[in-house]
Amino acid sequence: MPEAAKSNSESLKKLYHDMLLIRRFEERAGQLYGMGLIGGFCHLYIGQEAVVVGLMGAAKQGDQQVTSYRDHGHMLAQGLDPKAVMAELTGRSTGLSRGKGGSMHMFSNEKKFYGGHGIVGAQVPIGTGLAFANQYRGSKAVSLTYFGDGAANQGQVYESFNMAELWKLPVIYVIENNHYAMGTSVKRSSAVSDFSKRGSSFGIPGINVDGMDVEAVQSAGAEAMEYCRSGKGPIILSMNTYRYRGHSMSDPAKYRSKEELTEYREKRDPIENFGKKLIERGMVNEQDLKQMDAEVKKVVVEAAEFATESPEPGVEELYTDIYA
Amino acid sequence: MSTEILMPALSPTMEEGKLSKWLVKEGDVVKSGTILAEIETDKATMEFEAVDEGKIGQILVAEGTEGVKVNSPIATLLADGEAAGAAPAKKAAKADAPKEAKGDAPKSESNAAPKFQVAADPGVPEGTEMVMTTVRDALRDAMAEEMRRDELVFLMGEEVAEYQGAYKISQGLLQEFGARRVIDTPITEHGFTGLAVGAAFDGLKPIVEFMTWNFAMQAMDQIINSAVKTRYMSGGQMSCPIVFRGPNGAAARVAAQHSQDFAPWYASVPGVIVIAPYSAADAKGLLKAAIRNPNPVCFLENEILYGKSFPVPKLEDYVLPIGKARICRPGSDVTIVSYSITVGQALEAAEKLAEQGIEAEVIDLRTLRPLDMDTVLESVRKTNRIVTFEQAWPVCSIGSEICSRVALEAFDDLDAPPTKVSGKDVPMPYAANLEKLALPTVDDLIEAVKAVCYKA
Repeated sequence: MPEAAKSNSESLKKLYHDMLLIRRFEERAGQLYGMGLIGGFCHLYIGQEAVVVGLMGAAKQGDQQVTSYRDHGHMLAQGLDPKAVMAELTGRSTGLSRGKGGSMHMFSNEKKFYGGHGIVGAQVPIGTGLAFANQYRGSKAVSLTYFGDGAANQGQVYESFNMAELWKLPVIYVIENNHYAMGTSVKRSSAVSDFSKRGSSFGIPGINVDGMDVEAVQSAGAEAMEYCRSGKGPIILSMNTYRYRGHSMSDPAKYRSKEELTEYREKRDPIENFGKKLIERGMVNEQDLKQMDAEVKKVVVEAAEFATESPEPGVEELYTDIYA
Repeated sequence: MSTEILMPALSPTMEEGKLSKWLVKEGDVVKSGTILAEIETDKATMEFEAVDEGKIGQILVAEGTEGVKVNSPIATLLADGEAAGAAPAKKAAKADAPKEAKGDAPKSESNAAPKFQVAADPGVPEGTEMVMTTVRDALRDAMAEEMRRDELVFLMGEEVAEYQGAYKISQGLLQEFGARRVIDTPITEHGFTGLAVGAAFDGLKPIVEFMTWNFAMQAMDQIINSAVKTRYMSGGQMSCPIVFRGPNGAAARVAAQHSQDFAPWYASVPGVIVIAPYSAADAKGLLKAAIRNPNPVCFLENEILYGKSFPVPKLEDYVLPIGKARICRPGSDVTIVSYSITVGQALEAAEKLAEQGIEAEVIDLRTLRPLDMDTVLESVRKTNRIVTFEQAWPVCSIGSEICSRVALEAFDDLDAPPTKVSGKDVPMPYAANLEKLALPTVDDLIEAVKAVCYKA
């Protein structure tokens, strides 16, 4: 195999691997929640894996990411240690935030991951500010600011759009349209449901992307990053995606039909479909994928063990990290 | 080796539930994502999915069973080629109770948080020239000096650049530093506050001017939830070096929505520093300190003080310690504690009281969080009486906090009940006569001081 094709094949396998890691990690997190080892709110990313994995496949080192509380997938796709993420979910001292943030509040300076925000929409001005910092410093980095179809109706999103276009800030607004803001469908909450058009009154262009197709996401991401890096200002990527589980662990998701969910799971699953494509292209065979699954499972099981065996934070942690 | 499938907790509060329906039967092959059962929680009926693949061995809890405890086995899952009778060897994951962390529980003091170590004000060398300066110019000078010193510091807000500041605090800054560092924003408090917080997360040092603190209520979520809590939530990884500043408290005849003192609101939140200076020298020295501080700071100015002049030492770098109160007038009979504009009224009252033979010690808190209780308590131990004086509403005010702390920590030193004089418990009225009644006066303070000295 020529070098270029080989490296392409490796990078495609990595996309598959990263999506699978998120899927298996989230399933395990759901199980630990069921066992009472994860508390509070826990929002799983199952079904939406192609969005963050495809975009990370297009991002460069130094690009920043910020998202909502549905954040586990974003951290794993950035290469953060699954053990540290899982241990934060279980509230242990070895967690990414030393057990003080939980599922919704994790950060990494090293990986330029700025959270993990629990207030719907609050990450949008923050992500715009990351882009402001890039411009202020004259760096070429791009801010990837993720939010959902629900957050897309928050006022601060449009305050951000206005400033981002006014000042030509390098920010990609990734709207992960999973069709439900908790239990309220896009149809019932949004006057204009084509989210790629949400920037039109500010002159921000938008692209509709099949968020269940990791290659489509990656190529749209590359285009958007090129646009931002060339100094043209912000751009919107509207990702058509779907979450298989409820909004959070305690949501039975009775507001949608079984048929709708089945349609996505059986026909549009981002991992299943991409696996088939890799086989068709002769890049992998069934056995390779099985082996990858076994490896991923091992990583996740180890993360779960680490997260359940690590100690809780020491009581002295109650009063640390309030002030510098 | 078979594993146990356990009754899951499907809400933050669930302890037991009803196994409503099995969707698989013994011998069925399942993979991750297969729906195994419907379970009724305290809130709803939920679907329960398999995580591991395998074959259902035994169903241990029949459908329709109520009160199934979370984490009790409800079925067994067999690995490839295993017989149904195999005894479960291992739970799906160990549901160990979290190990107890070592270390003693924090002592139950009224406020067990670690104390701040605060240095005294730096001495002003003898012979230093004192220049009469308005609070307005002192604030501008502080920002200009810090912007010269640190390229990462920038100013943003409504009308701060071209217009030179709605209250002319940023006069000349655009000319000196240019539009990259002195930035006019649209009228969009929630948005530009969040934007500045994001820039601070990335290491810049924004100064955000609110035209008044009243408008910062639009941005409250970004100040409290994003700027202030993130250091803690990130286990100390993230920093938010940002200053929010602008006029606070009652202006004149602008009525309820434009006149109120937010000091107690912000001072109640752990993670933020709150500063409310009175004099121009303090405004300058503390704003410089605030800009250099790695924590989020709410810097509460006062519109009526902007035009007042005070002596400011002519020093190259006049920086004051955050968290240190100042005794602006020593006295032996009663302690008066105040902050911001009412410090001036307190000093006026002290002069009048002296004429009547009562020597009041006046303390300007300057910083409201962390609160310098050491200085207050030391004074009370000397005078045995305390009156707090502020513009804020009386309920849950800074005075409420100080009086409670004094009662708890210096009870035996008190000769009279700790007393507070504050704004009236009403929204600010517009009519001149009513507005005057709503604000605390020098006479109100004199009356309260006489009462605690039993000289009324």
